[in-house]
Amino acid sequence: MIWQIDLAVLILVVVCAVGALAVKDLMSAAILFGAYSFLMCILWAVMGAVDVAFTEASVGAGVSTVFFVAAVFRTSRRSKD
Amino acid sequence: MKALALAIVVLVGGLLISATVDFPDWGDPASPAALHVSPRYIEKSLEETSVPNVVTSVLADYRGFDTMFETTVVFTAGVACFLLLRRREPRPEPTRVYRHQATGVIVEMSQPPESEPAPEVFQRIDDDWTPHDLIVMNVCRLLIPFIQLFGLYVIAHGHHSPGGGFQGGVILGASVILIALSWDLRTAEMRLHEVTTGLMSAIGVFIYAGVGALALALGGNFLDYAALAPLLRVDPIAARSLGIFFVEVGVGLAVMATMVFIYKNLASEGRLDQGL
Repeated sequence: MIWQIDLAVLILVVVCAVGALAVKDLMSAAILFGAYSFLMCILWAVMGAVDVAFTEASVGAGVSTVFFVAAVFRTSRRSKD
Repeated sequence: MKALALAIVVLVGGLLISATVDFPDWGDPASPAALHVSPRYIEKSLEETSVPNVVTSVLADYRGFDTMFETTVVFTAGVACFLLLRRREPRPEPTRVYRHQATGVIVEMSQPPESEPAPEVFQRIDDDWTPHDLIVMNVCRLLIPFIQLFGLYVIAHGHHSPGGGFQGGVILGASVILIALSWDLRTAEMRLHEVTTGLMSAIGVFIYAGVGALALALGGNFLDYAALAPLLRVDPIAARSLGIFFVEVGVGLAVMATMVFIYKNLASEGRLDQGL
C-alpha cells in the first residue's frame, strides 16, 4: 500500500462526505455519494481486496447513484435545511 | 438541533477514531482475522473446490448459508419496494404526449385516446418531456449488448477472477436500467416485463436453495456440492466448482431482476408507465 495515494484518497473521501451533507441541491449530493463510492473502491483496490472493490464500483457507485437520482427526480431537488 | 446533531457526530466520530488505534495493523499476520480459519481456507481452497479465487469459494461454498440468505435479503428488498411503491390507480389527470415521428411536432392530448395511434407515426413520450436524442439512443443501442456480455462474463468467470453473481447481476441489471434511461421506461417494461422480473427474482433464490436441497436429496449435507458428483458425472472436487457456478447463476438472476424492479418502481412513482 502506497501511503501517498492512501492519504490523498482518504482526504478526498472526507471532502466528498462533508460536501454531500453540506450541499443544498440533492442531485449534487447524489453525485457526490457516487464519487464517494468510487473513492472507497479505489481504497479497497489499493488494499488488495479486489472483489470488494468490484462490488463497491458496481453497486455503490453504479446502481445506488441511479436509484438516488430516480428518487430525487420523483421528489424534490432542493434540500429543506 | 443542528448544533446538537453536530456535537453528537463529532463525539461519536472521535470515539471511533480513538478506537481504531487499537486495531491490528493492515496486513498484520498476527491479527485475529488471519489466525483462526483463514489459513485453512487459503491453503485448502484450491484442492478442495478447484476454485482459484478464494473469495468465491469462501462465499459460495464454505459460507454458502450466508450467501443464500444475502440473496434472500436482496429478494426481500425488491418485494418491500413493490409493496411500498407500486400503485394500481391511474394518474389523476391523464394527459398523453405524442411526438410526430416525421416532423418532430409534439402533440398533447388531455383525454387519452380510445386506441393508441400507430407508434411509427405518433410515438408516445413522457409528460415531463425529454428531447429526442438520436446520439444517446444509438450509442446506448451499441453499448448495451457489450455491457450484458460483460455481466455474463463476470458471473461465469467469478471462479478465476474478481466478480461473481452479485457483481454480474448488478451489471446486467444496469444494462436494462440503461435501456430505460436512454429510450423510456415503457421500452424497458416491454423488454423485461414486471411479472418477468418478479418471477426471475424468486427463481434466482429458488435456484440457490434448490441446488442445496438437491445435494440434501442425493445424500450429502445442505449446500454440500460434492454430493452432486454422481448427477453431474464428475469427481466431487469438480462438482464443488460446478455447484458454485450454479448458485452464482441463481444469485445473478435474483440480483439483476431486483435491481430492475426497484428502479422501475422508483422512477415511475410505482405506476410503471413513464419515468426517468
